[in-house]
Amino acid sequence: MKLRTLHLVTAALFALATGAASAQQPILISGLVELSGTGATSGTNFDNGAKLAAKEINAAGGILGRKIEYTSSDTQSNPAIAKALAQKAVDAGAYVVLGPVFSGSILVSMEETRRAQVPNFTGGEAAAITEKGNPFIFRTSMTQAAAMPKVARYIQNNLKAKSVDVMWVNNDFGKGGRDMIVKALGAEGIKVGADIPTEPGQVDFSSAVLKAKQSNSDVLFVYTNEEESARALRELRKQAYAKPIIGETTLTGQKVIELAGDAANGAIAHVGLTADAPLAPVKAFDAAFQKEYKAKSDHNGLKGYTAMYFVKVMTERIGKVDGKALAAAMHGAKMTVKDNPGVLMDVTFDNKGDLDRETFMTKVVDGKQVVTDVLPPLGAK
Amino acid sequence: MNDFIQLIVSGTATGTIYALAGLGFTLLWQASGTINFAQGEFVMLPAFIMLFCMMAGAPLWLAFLLTCAFAMLVLGAGFKKVIVDPLIHHGVIPLVIATLGVAMVLKTVVRAGYSAEAQQFPSSFPAGQFSLAGITISYADVGTLILAAAIVIALQVFVTRTMTGRAMQAVAQNTDAARTLGIDAKRMVLYTFLINAILATVTALLITPTYLAKFDMGESIGLKAFFAAIIGGFNQTRGALLGGVLIGILENLVGFYWSPAYKEGVALMLFLVVILWRPEGLLGTAEERKV
Amino acid sequence: MSARRHLAGLAVVLAALVIVALFLKRSDVYLLTLWAVYLMATMGLNLTAGYAGQMSLGQAAFFGIGAYIAALLLKASWPFLAVLPVAAIVCFVVGIVVGFPALRVQHHYLAFATLGFNVLAYLAMRNEEAITGGTFGISGIPRPTLFGVDLGGHLAYWYWTLGSLVVLGGLLWWLLRSPWGRAFTALRDNPIRAESLGINITAYTLLAFAIGAACAGIAGVYYASLVEFIEPGPFHFSTSLMMLLAVIVGGSGRFYGPALGTAIVILLPEFLRGSSVPWLKFMQVWYLAFFGIAVIVLMIWLPGGLLSLRERLDRKGGPQ
Repeated sequence: MKLRTLHLVTAALFALATGAASAQQPILISGLVELSGTGATSGTNFDNGAKLAAKEINAAGGILGRKIEYTSSDTQSNPAIAKALAQKAVDAGAYVVLGPVFSGSILVSMEETRRAQVPNFTGGEAAAITEKGNPFIFRTSMTQAAAMPKVARYIQNNLKAKSVDVMWVNNDFGKGGRDMIVKALGAEGIKVGADIPTEPGQVDFSSAVLKAKQSNSDVLFVYTNEEESARALRELRKQAYAKPIIGETTLTGQKVIELAGDAANGAIAHVGLTADAPLAPVKAFDAAFQKEYKAKSDHNGLKGYTAMYFVKVMTERIGKVDGKALAAAMHGAKMTVKDNPGVLMDVTFDNKGDLDRETFMTKVVDGKQVVTDVLPPLGAK
Repeated sequence: MNDFIQLIVSGTATGTIYALAGLGFTLLWQASGTINFAQGEFVMLPAFIMLFCMMAGAPLWLAFLLTCAFAMLVLGAGFKKVIVDPLIHHGVIPLVIATLGVAMVLKTVVRAGYSAEAQQFPSSFPAGQFSLAGITISYADVGTLILAAAIVIALQVFVTRTMTGRAMQAVAQNTDAARTLGIDAKRMVLYTFLINAILATVTALLITPTYLAKFDMGESIGLKAFFAAIIGGFNQTRGALLGGVLIGILENLVGFYWSPAYKEGVALMLFLVVILWRPEGLLGTAEERKV
Repeated sequence: MSARRHLAGLAVVLAALVIVALFLKRSDVYLLTLWAVYLMATMGLNLTAGYAGQMSLGQAAFFGIGAYIAALLLKASWPFLAVLPVAAIVCFVVGIVVGFPALRVQHHYLAFATLGFNVLAYLAMRNEEAITGGTFGISGIPRPTLFGVDLGGHLAYWYWTLGSLVVLGGLLWWLLRSPWGRAFTALRDNPIRAESLGINITAYTLLAFAIGAACAGIAGVYYASLVEFIEPGPFHFSTSLMMLLAVIVGGSGRFYGPALGTAIVILLPEFLRGSSVPWLKFMQVWYLAFFGIAVIVLMIWLPGGLLSLRERLDRKGGPQ
C-alpha cells in the first residue's frame, strides 16, 4: 500500500512538473534491488533509502531543474533475473543504475551496465567488484578489504588479543568478510583459533558457540547477517561466554539489538555506516526514514540514500545529464557534508570506484548502540 | 564428555520441537492420507497471529488461547473443508500440490501484508540458566522439554485409552471397517485436523523465541517435521518423537564434531539411511496403503 | 488433433518465436531464452510427473549439476557440444542412483528422496568451494562458437537455444511414440493391467525419472552459458517446486503443458513487473499469493492443468 501511495505521489509530482511550463524530461534512475528471496531485507532497505532521497531531491527542485523518476524492480535475489533487469534498465534509457546489493547479482548485472556505459552504484561489499577494471561501477560503502584491517588493528591495540576465533555466515557476505579478517589478523600477527562457519538462516547456535568456548581464544569475531547475529548473541549469553565479542557492520545494528535483547549488551563492532552515528545529517536522515517507513534503517538504507545524493551532487558538478561524464567525474571525486548534507559523511572516491570515509567503533550499552571511537579514513593517515 | 552431554541436552530440546510439528504431520497422514507441505507455514501463521494479539494488548497466555481457537477454525476445520475434502479423492499428487499453493499464499500474505523482517517473540519461560555437573542448561530448554513431552504423552494416552482416541485410530487404520463398526469417520478425521492445528500453535509458541517470527520460518521447520515423521515411522505417533529428537541431537553432534556446513543436511542423510535399511521408519510397522 | 494440423500449428508458433525476437529488446530476448532453458528442464520433469505419475522435487539439483559441469568444462575450453553429453550422462547416472532406493521401497518416497537430494546438492554447491567456487559462484563462463558461428550475441544465442529446444522436444516426442513410450503410456493409463502384461513399473518409472534428470542437466548447460555466471542460489529446492508447479499448472502428462506452465512461472511475473498499470503494480507484491490461490483452484476444478480446459469444456454437463 505504502508503495502504491508513493508511486501515486511521484506520478503526481511528475505530472505537476511536466505540466508546469518546463517541458523538461525527468531523469530516469533505475533501482535493481532484492525485494524478495534471501536478500529481501537488505534490498528493501537499500530501495527505501533511494526512494527517500529521490523524494527529498524532487521536493527541493530535482537535479539541474529536472525531476528524478526512480523506478525499482525486484531481482528476487537471483543473478539471472538481475542480469535481465539490468538490460531492461539500459534499454529503458536509465541515466544511472542503483543496486543490486548482493555481490553475486552485481557481478553479473554490472557487465550489462558497463557495456551500455551507464554508471552503476552498488551496495555489494565483495572485493572482486571493483577489481575487474570496470570504469562504471561505484560502491556505496567501504569494502571488507578496507574495513577488516581497522578491526584487526582495534583487536590488537585495544583488546590486546593474541588469538581470535572467527564465526561467520556462509554466504558471499560472510565468506568474503571471513577471508579478509583472517588476512588482516595475520598481518597484525594475531592467531586465528577456531574457524566456525554457520549457515544462513541457522537457528541453533549451540554447537557453534561450544566450539568457540572450547578453543579458548582471547576474542570472538562474529560476522553474520542480522538475524543470525542475534541468535548467536543469545546463545553466547546462554552458554555464559565471557570473552569480548566483536563484529563488523551488523553485530551492533538496530535490528540485532531488537532481536537479541539483553544478550546484545557488551557487543563491539566496527561500523562504516550506521543510522546511529553521532552526526547531524545522519540523525536527520534517521528521523526522516523512520517517519516515512515506520522502521529504522540498516546500513543498506544509508547506502541507497547516499547513492542517490552522489548522483545529484556529481551531476550538478558536471552541469549536464551525461552518464559517461558522470562516471569519469566520479573517479577521484570528493564530496563534503558542509556543501551537500545529503551525502551524510565526507567521502572520497578512488579511481577504482571504491570509496573512503570515517568509520566508527560502536558498543551496545543498555540496549543502545553507542559510538565509542571515530576512526579516520584510511587515506587520511 | 561434558561437551557431548551439553550437545545432547540442547539437541534434545530442539528435537522435541521438531517432533511436535512432525507429530501433526503423522496424524494427518494416518487419518486422511494428506501430505501437508504447508505444515511449516501452519506453524508460522499462528506465530504472527499471537504477535497481533499481543500488539493489541493481550498477554501471552491469552494470545495463545485466542490463536488456538483461530488455528482450529482456519488451519483445522477450514483447511479440511476447503482444500482436503474436495481433493482427497483425486489421489495424493493434486492434494500435495494444493498444499504447496497454501504455503505460497500464507507466506506472501504475511510478507506483503505485514513485513518481510524478522520479529522478536517473547519466551514463555523465564530467561537464565543453571549449571548441573558442568553442563549449562537454560530454563527455556527444560520448559520446552517438559511441555513437549507432556503433550506427546497426553496425545498417546488420548489415542490409546479414550473411546474417541481409539475410534480415531480405527479410522486411521481402516476407514471402511471403522465405518461398519458405526464410527463417525468424518468426525474423527475432523478431530485429527483440529489436533494438528493446536500442535502447530504450540510449536509456534515454543519455537518462535529462537527462530524469530518471519514469513519464511516455516520452510525449515516444515522440512524437519517432515523428515522427523518419516524417520520415526509415518504410521506411528511415537515415531515422530523419536525422529525429531534423533535429528535434533545428530545435528548438534555433526555441527560440532564434523562440520557445521552440513548440519542442515543431517535430517536428509538420516532419512536416506533409514529408507534403505528400514523403509517403514524406525518404529513404523510395514503396511500396505491403498493410495 | 490430426498430425498435419499439429505440425502446422507448431510451425506457426516456432516461426512467430523466430520473427518476434527480431523486434524485441535485448532484455526480452534474454527472458525468452531463459524460458526456453527452463522449458528443457520442465519437459524432462513432465516425463516423471506427468507420464509416470511420480513427484520429483529435485529437478533443480540436476539443473545445477548440469550448470556446474558446464561452467567448469567450458572454462577449461571444452567445446560446447562435448559438454552436453557429459552433463546429460552424469545427471542420468545420478538420477538412477538417487531414484533406485526410493522407488524400490514405495513410489511416493521418490518425492522425499529427491527433495533430500536437492537440499544436499545445494549444501555441497555452497560448501565444496574448491570445485564450485562456494557462495561466490563461477563467473566468466563463455558462450559457445559453433562451426565458426559466434553465438555470443543475444539473438544468436536465442536461436541456438530455440533450435536445441526443438531437437530435444523432438527426441522426447519420438521417445513417447516408441514401443517403450507406448508401454509407458499404458502404464500411466492402467498400471494394474500394464503390470499384468509384464511391464516392470519400477524399472520404467526409474528410467523416466533418469531421462528427466538428464534433460535438466542439458538445460543447466544452456543456463550457465546464458547467464555467464552461476552460484548455488538458482538451484535451491524452491526452484524445483516452481518447476513442478509449472508442469502441473500447464498440464502434466500433456506434451505442451510445460511450455505453457513455464511461461506462466517465468514470463508472466516479469511482464507484471514491467507494467506501469497501477493494479498490475499491486499484483507484483501479491503475485505469489494469487499464483498460490490459482494453483489451489486449479487442483480442485481442473487437476489436469490449463491444457485440459478444452476437454473439460467439451465434457461440460457430464459427470465431474
